[in-house]
Amino acid sequence: MNQLKNFTKGFIKENPVFILLLGLCPTLGVTTSAVNGLGMGLATTFVLVMSNLVVSLVKDFIPDKVRIPSFIVIIASFVTIVELTMQAYTPALFDALGLFIPLIVVNCIVLGRAEAFASKNNVWSSIIDGLGMGLGFAFALTLLGGVREILGSGAIFGFKMIEGDLMLVFILAPGAFIALGYIIALINRFKKA
Amino acid sequence: MEYFVIIIGSIFVSNIVLTQFLGICPFVGVSGKLSTSVGMGGAVLFVLTIATMVTWIIQYYILNPLGLGFMQTIVFILVIASLVQMVEIILKKVSPSLFQALGVFLPLITTNCAVLGVAILTIQKDFNLMEGIAYAMANAIGFTLAIVLFAGIREHLDLMEVPKQMRGVPIALVVAGILALAFMGFTGLV
Repeated sequence: MNQLKNFTKGFIKENPVFILLLGLCPTLGVTTSAVNGLGMGLATTFVLVMSNLVVSLVKDFIPDKVRIPSFIVIIASFVTIVELTMQAYTPALFDALGLFIPLIVVNCIVLGRAEAFASKNNVWSSIIDGLGMGLGFAFALTLLGGVREILGSGAIFGFKMIEGDLMLVFILAPGAFIALGYIIALINRFKKA
Repeated sequence: MEYFVIIIGSIFVSNIVLTQFLGICPFVGVSGKLSTSVGMGGAVLFVLTIATMVTWIIQYYILNPLGLGFMQTIVFILVIASLVQMVEIILKKVSPSLFQALGVFLPLITTNCAVLGVAILTIQKDFNLMEGIAYAMANAIGFTLAIVLFAGIREHLDLMEVPKQMRGVPIALVVAGILALAFMGFTGLV
């Protein structure tokens, strides 16, 4: 039960994007479509789970003073693994996400979870925490990507739903800010009720 | 002419915050007051320029000759993190008044994706060292321009009657969207 709560908190209650407002750069930058959002979300999930796992394993050996640099090296190693793997196996997605893949390193969620959770908890809960937070992030990105894609090009996951000219602005930069603003407002509305 | 295109292009046409989505965290987080946003802009200008210079040198004189291109992400983030620490220590010693002004913002900059982003972009765009420095400075100025404009708007926004659910971050994001819309007017300038 406790582990279940640990897993599900990332989806709504402590959602990294909608509630904690962490990792906004990739959130706004890659969500031109639902597929890109999902891809970015899953890449981040992998990095989160693996870095949480390693951090919780080595937490007792790392002196407190060099904690943060050590975490950054661990995270950067996994980001490089993801980067090279995606370049080899999913080149189209790699090109679409572009700069934002190496930038997973500076995603506040990853370092935040390593520091706030994995450095204090055991391996098993750290993996669950990373998985929950990562999937919550992926969920948020897919939702935002889906909203932008349907409003901007009338498609969802690449399938055309609505014909004709739509609000192209939602695919472009300004639409990202506006769509996310309204989604957060909507969540605030339901949270209070 | 080349430099002119790089500078105008990075400040207005592809503004780092409003069209490239780098450095959104400080853009939303530290833009509550005009004075702090100016301080943040100054700190970013300082660190971004030095970091781009150092990472450029490392990429072309260490990583490329040794064939270690794949280590780019790891090396760059470590260099930036230690550079920020070093700048902090040196600034404290050399110019206490500048440290007073920028000090609180420096630790935040390590996790500012604009710094790592611009360092990588400079390499990707095949700039030489001088072009890279011009590109970094122009991007930092673009960041400062965006965050100062945004902070100015947010100070006024505080006095407005905003619906309860939209208060704080949601309305700020919508405003940022409208600001980005305005910056789209520069498209095709260079």
